[in-house]
Amino acid sequence: MPLLQLDNIMAYYGPVRALNDVSISIETGEIVCLLGGNASGKSTTMKTILGMVRATAGSVQFAGERIDRLPTQSIVARGISLVPEARRLFGRMTVRENLMMGAFSRRHEATADLDADYQRVFALFPRVEERLDQYAGTLSGGEQQMVAIGRALMARPKLLLMDEPSMGLAPVFVDQVFDIIRSINQQGTTILVVEQNAAVALGIAHRGYVLQSGRIVGADRAAALLASDEIRRVYLGDED
Amino acid sequence: MLSFSDILAILPQQLVFGITLGTAYGLIAIGYTMVYGVLFMINFAHGDVFMIGAYIGWALLGVLFASQVVPMHPLFVLPILLIAAMVVTGLLGLLLERLAYRPLYQRGATRLGPLISAVGASIFLQNAVMLIFGAREKVYMTYAIFPRTWRFNLGGISISVLVVVIGSIAVAMMLGLNQLVQRTWLGRSIRAVAEDREMAAVMGIDVWRVVALTFCIGSALGGAAGVLIGFYYTQVDFYMGYSAGLKAFTAAVLGGIGNVRGAMLGGLILGVVESLAVTFINPAFKDAIAFVVLILVLTFRPGGLLGEALPDWKRV
Repeated sequence: MPLLQLDNIMAYYGPVRALNDVSISIETGEIVCLLGGNASGKSTTMKTILGMVRATAGSVQFAGERIDRLPTQSIVARGISLVPEARRLFGRMTVRENLMMGAFSRRHEATADLDADYQRVFALFPRVEERLDQYAGTLSGGEQQMVAIGRALMARPKLLLMDEPSMGLAPVFVDQVFDIIRSINQQGTTILVVEQNAAVALGIAHRGYVLQSGRIVGADRAAALLASDEIRRVYLGDED
Repeated sequence: MLSFSDILAILPQQLVFGITLGTAYGLIAIGYTMVYGVLFMINFAHGDVFMIGAYIGWALLGVLFASQVVPMHPLFVLPILLIAAMVVTGLLGLLLERLAYRPLYQRGATRLGPLISAVGASIFLQNAVMLIFGAREKVYMTYAIFPRTWRFNLGGISISVLVVVIGSIAVAMMLGLNQLVQRTWLGRSIRAVAEDREMAAVMGIDVWRVVALTFCIGSALGGAAGVLIGFYYTQVDFYMGYSAGLKAFTAAVLGGIGNVRGAMLGGLILGVVESLAVTFINPAFKDAIAFVVLILVLTFRPGGLLGEALPDWKRV
């Protein structure tokens, strides 16, 4: 049974049809990459999974349960976290409070359990621990991305959704972020990553889907996608 | 015209009155500012929630007097009145949110729909109270609880115990609220919803539950302020929520709408300015002077004293 399965999803973003018959499935333990240009429906796919955009047809199943009619907070509580596009930290809260908000659905658990997850985040991002009492709005873009990933991990998700994690980051930092995504995956978290930077994303993913104007136009193992001429031409900028 | 020595003699006394009044305004202003923080809407019925708090206090004070179940001492009477008023107005806040606002938001209303609904709720509450209790003003038996002789001297100023008690209760409630907003899960959720509602939901927060609780807390504080102001002015009427609400709303804007500490500060400033204006300029101008202060502050700091420049989509 796949961890997440989208079947024949139709979704509208305002009056515009954003997703047209989209089917995606993700197995436990995978890193799956969703490729596509601007307005291809990548972000809408993420929002549909989280119930922020409602599918008008089709279904979303998570761990065998239908979740497409649940409110966002209930979907999150079942174990799906998001690292949103442009990070969207709570800028008027401290880094510590941002991490706490990530653990909101676990607020009734023992503090010792939460402490273990703080330590896990600090181990991945020592810089975050140094900045704990600083307002999140005052951090650099790279530091904000660390906090955004840490915040999502605090929910101890089964599935982590990442929307354009490389956007707005310096090239050195992009590689670092993808290394970290890989190690989060190796620690047991399934990951769906949406990315414009196809080369880096396919470098760590197991499989990929290609979206174009709201339709899935390709699906394959990451290595095969990397080797495909069309992908190279459209997403990797190879002119020849 | 007052001589300089007259002014020196009256000033401290008026400052004490102003600060007391200001803390009560601040308490009401918090309700406006918190609701604005999470919904970007001005709850114009909030002044009437405050008025209903004052009426609950008045009615219960009458009952306590008639039945004599507890000694007529502030230590017994005040907690009973405050708790009763806060419970009733807190529930009223929940009801307002559920009936007057939520249905509009969930059907995708524009900014103006809920605003008009708020004005309607305000008129409804005023008329309901008028029908139930009559249009005549009600007298708070303040001096049966706080005898006129309860005064003390502080550096030559004679201060009544009543004024100190009112100010202390209001300040204690603001400090309590500040702790709640800063240190509890509910408080952090309120701040998260205020800053980015969509991300708050992605954190697992039930956004509408937080909105409802925000209404509940703000209304309960407004209800408590109603009891305190009832004792202070010794009479209440069904229309009192209009002017007090307008003042408190002004205080919230003065301090920076959406900012809880700003509401407290704005209330204090407005109370002091008003009580000084009454004494030294002309009582008839007190409202005008309050608004002159508002205009001056907004000219130089458009976001209010502690507010920040809001992004376009958050502006009224």
